[in-house]
Amino acid sequence: MTSESTPAQLATSIDRREWVERVLTGTQRIDRIRRVRERTILTFLFLAALISIATTIGIIYTLGIETVRFFQRVSIVDFLTDTQWTPLFTEKHFGIWPLLTATILVSVIAMLIALPIGLLSAIGLAEYAPDRVARVVKPVLEILAGVPTVVYGYFALLFVTPLLQRFIPQLEVFNALSAGLVMGIMIVPLVASLSEDAMRAVPQSLREGAYALGATKLEVVWRVVVPSSLSGIVAAFILAVSRAVGETMIVAIAMGQVPRLTLNPLVAMETMTAYIVQVSLGDTPHGTLEYQTIFAVGTTLFVITMALNLLSYRFLKRFREVYE
Amino acid sequence: MSAERIATTDREFEPRLSLRKRLGMLFGLLSAVAIAIGLVTLEVLIADVIHDGWRALSWDFLTSYPSRRPEQAGIRSALVGTFYILILVGLIAFPLGVAAAIYLEEFAPKNRLTATIEINLSNLAAVPSIVYGLLGLGVFVRTFMLGRSLLAGALTLSLLVLPIIIIASREALRAVPPSIREAGLALGASHWQTVRLFVLPAALPGILTGTILALARAIGETAPLITIGALTYVAFTPKSLFDPFTVLPIQIFNWISRPQPAFHERAAAGIIVLLAVLLLFNGLAIFLRARLQRRIRF
Repeated sequence: MTSESTPAQLATSIDRREWVERVLTGTQRIDRIRRVRERTILTFLFLAALISIATTIGIIYTLGIETVRFFQRVSIVDFLTDTQWTPLFTEKHFGIWPLLTATILVSVIAMLIALPIGLLSAIGLAEYAPDRVARVVKPVLEILAGVPTVVYGYFALLFVTPLLQRFIPQLEVFNALSAGLVMGIMIVPLVASLSEDAMRAVPQSLREGAYALGATKLEVVWRVVVPSSLSGIVAAFILAVSRAVGETMIVAIAMGQVPRLTLNPLVAMETMTAYIVQVSLGDTPHGTLEYQTIFAVGTTLFVITMALNLLSYRFLKRFREVYE
Repeated sequence: MSAERIATTDREFEPRLSLRKRLGMLFGLLSAVAIAIGLVTLEVLIADVIHDGWRALSWDFLTSYPSRRPEQAGIRSALVGTFYILILVGLIAFPLGVAAAIYLEEFAPKNRLTATIEINLSNLAAVPSIVYGLLGLGVFVRTFMLGRSLLAGALTLSLLVLPIIIIASREALRAVPPSIREAGLALGASHWQTVRLFVLPAALPGILTGTILALARAIGETAPLITIGALTYVAFTPKSLFDPFTVLPIQIFNWISRPQPAFHERAAAGIIVLLAVLLLFNGLAIFLRARLQRRIRF
């Protein structure tokens, strides 16, 4: 009803006041239905977001409960000090060090490859390569990150190891060197793309300032861009280490299943992840000590990687705060 | 400031510009070499696999069940298993992931809980996949008593890819300009209507691309499925959600770990099929992004 309504119209229609009221209550009812429906949807959205928290709680609970059972039967001092890991033999030892050493050794080899190549690639893509080259090269590099790890395992065992054996005759069929090298290549795209993002976020004005002072491109890169994006690069490195520590199929295939305490990269060893695979492939009944060992090892793995991830997150956060 | 002093600084100032420029060129070359190492490795890897496996590729290879005799062994059960896993993970993880992303990006208040969810997500995205396997073993296989079934595997992988889908979807939502939301609200739409009718369609290409890449990750995963106890030798196709299953990467792993070279050839052939499937997915993602992006312009 508008003010232009003629008196006749008003007379034939219901009382204006009543009409307005009806419209209002009607809308209110629709409004109420709509609000209830939207609150239901919002609750669903919220619950979906909570699944991530539930997942973490689930991981901690599952790992925790079996680990507690494990330590009821095996002393935690033995776990941390014994130098032998032989839970599958008759004479059982439960020292995590052989598995941990193997994990660290292969991660170090992988990092020696992934960090320099990844960082150099990032600098090349962000600072040197023309845009159209970078646009083609980047997705191809990303394919490296998308190749399933079982394929890398195949490559390490059946291509890299035989190749290396030509130069290093004493190299065993299963060894940390090939696994580490291939794992390093696998991690290159991770380091490269995160570092490149960090470098691209450095404001152009900083580069121009340095150029204006007479710096060459190399000096701009090393004295301005890299230091300015350092926390982002460090975050990428830490995340890469976490990735190497948790990597499973390459080491399960190419590094062997011999838990021994050594730093020789030419012989077979067993990482934490490879041990979990080894036990999982057998038919280990629930409740046995062997079953519990994989959760104890899993807990160790989870604690290490989570510490690295959170550290990386803090570096990244600090870096983002500077330029946003 | 004496004239002598100025003369000294003048003598000390050596730009050595040509040397510095040459060093820079050398460094640029070095970075090109670094990029080339990655690309060449990828090429060698693909060439090696094709060289090893192309002879074993045939229609029979795709349609036969695995066998003790390498010349008869095929990937039928693995292909079917991978297909089912793909469908299930898509059905479970896509709606949940997008819902969580919408909540976090559009509705979440800035409080402690939201901050916790954020940190938690970034951690979960980097938790080793084998830990998800242990989670699936403890929760889905034992507690929910799903056994080593297709459903247990799909649920485990869904949890694994959920953070990836959430992060990709959030990025897509963030890329929608705020003016779109303001326009929707100004027209009298409610917050949810604005998101559903204006923001979500605009973000859809990014969300779909992220989901497809996450699914590609899911079909390449081996470790978590081995941990929950997926069988490595399956000579049948699953008939229900509660049947045992195998997938392509597990079948490949099984063949690699045998000593006979004839099985390694089968493994290489399996890898060719797996890489072809993944390539298809990546292609689809790129195509979708290009196709859908063209329709929506701001």
